Amino acid sequence: MDFRREELLIYLVARHLENLGHICVGVSSPIPGAAAQLEKARTGGRTVVNIIGSRDNNAFTSGAQEMFDAAAQGRIDAFFLGGGQIDGQANINLVGAGEYPTVDVRWPGSFGSAFLYYLVPNVILFREEHSQRVLVPKVDFISAPGGSPPEHYRVGGPKCLITNMAEFDFDRDKRNFRLVSVHPGYTVDDILENTGFEFEIPSDVPQSPVPDAETLTLIRGPIAEGIAEIYPVFAKKLFG
Amino acid sequence: MVDHSLFTSVEELAARVPDGAKIAIVKDESGAPMKMVRALIRRGVRDLHLITIPTGGFSAELLIGAGCVGSVETSGISLGEVGGAPQFTDAIKSGRLAIKDATCPAVYSALQAGEKGIPFMPIRGVLGADLVSKRDDWKIIDNPYAEQGDGDPLLLLPAIKPDIALIHARKADKNGNIWIGREHELATMAHASKQTLVTVEEIVDEDFLKEDVTAAGTIASFYISAIAEAKEGAWPVGLTNNYARDDAHLADYARDARSAEGFARYLENHVLTASDRKVA
Repeated sequence: MDFRREELLIYLVARHLENLGHICVGVSSPIPGAAAQLEKARTGGRTVVNIIGSRDNNAFTSGAQEMFDAAAQGRIDAFFLGGGQIDGQANINLVGAGEYPTVDVRWPGSFGSAFLYYLVPNVILFREEHSQRVLVPKVDFISAPGGSPPEHYRVGGPKCLITNMAEFDFDRDKRNFRLVSVHPGYTVDDILENTGFEFEIPSDVPQSPVPDAETLTLIRGPIAEGIAEIYPVFAKKLFG
Repeated sequence: MVDHSLFTSVEELAARVPDGAKIAIVKDESGAPMKMVRALIRRGVRDLHLITIPTGGFSAELLIGAGCVGSVETSGISLGEVGGAPQFTDAIKSGRLAIKDATCPAVYSALQAGEKGIPFMPIRGVLGADLVSKRDDWKIIDNPYAEQGDGDPLLLLPAIKPDIALIHARKADKNGNIWIGREHELATMAHASKQTLVTVEEIVDEDFLKEDVTAAGTIASFYISAIAEAKEGAWPVGLTNNYARDDAHLADYARDARSAEGFARYLENHVLTASDRKVA
């Protein structure tokens, strides 16, 4: 079966969304956005998908502020976060590398991460680049921490981390990542070589599952069409 | 009968923004006041404190690059699919722009405190993030309603009360009511700000407050200080249901504005000397 890297990632992200009733997607997230639409297609439209900046996928009528209020009430089941840096405790940095505030590298900013990470039960960490530059021992700036002390109100947090090379899950009690599977074309050694933080490696690490023909037809048809409304540049590059 | 006292030109709106003003601009997707931004740059406004609601895009980038902004409070500034905002990035790294890094719901909640006329607002989350330790204006208290001994710390945000909200919307009616549809944060901005200056795609001979279907998405004119018609006023940013983002223009900008010379050339061609119309 021939598929593109992005199509594999859409499929792998969507596997974490099964039967979650309400999925929200932030800005600059075309692959998570496509994955959310794939899950919605799988449930015949029953899944609620809200994508920031979208017209066709947006049921918030009181502005974007309504999404944060909904999250705080526990009305949102899944969200996606990335980071310029992600460390082994699932702390994420969306602000910059180097000494704050006059950092060496500046990224846009923390967006809603410092809120949604605490309040959405299933946060999927997604970052395509899998390198020691991104997956670091310790982030230079904590936009949002992977865990919180017991006295802090926190019902949400990291569920897994998906990259170009592999998938990890996250143990919230031990506060560490565990390698779950490696994508086709990569080995456990590749993952070790390109990951800057320590993680758990089970004795048996399978290859990541890949999308079947039916899923690819969905991705290339209605999903591609849907995602073009909000990410025209991405859709054009991937689907033509 | 049109209320002429409210309606003016874009250049006159820009003249009402004094140096050092605390201004609020919404995220690009909800209506970017680009014609007003270009007029502000031409007027040479300086030392603005810019608050992005809750994030900034091309409007923030251009004002920062042109040296109009002394400090910014934002949850993030980028050019969306085109990538990072080069002048914002450069201004931060060089230290010439002071920044208060925030998170989106903190900006909304603090603006809502301004809207309600209360001094602060508590929110969930954020504790333990470096955002808190880098902000001397945010405080933590124990929830006074918690069961005894539970602690339950909460973040408190001081109210955001902008001097001026700069808004671009689709329509004004003859009475100066502004139709915003579902872009409700524009109403929150207007309610919380001392003044609201608005550009619109068109001024129509209607009364939006007459029918529920339009009134629900309208900012009433008593919040509005002045309005100017600005056709394609958001370009090169898009305006929902009106026109799409000019991605080619923004991609060219993002490439050229990485250098000081490239940015100066952009200002020369599109802001300072060119007539302020969409370049075909």
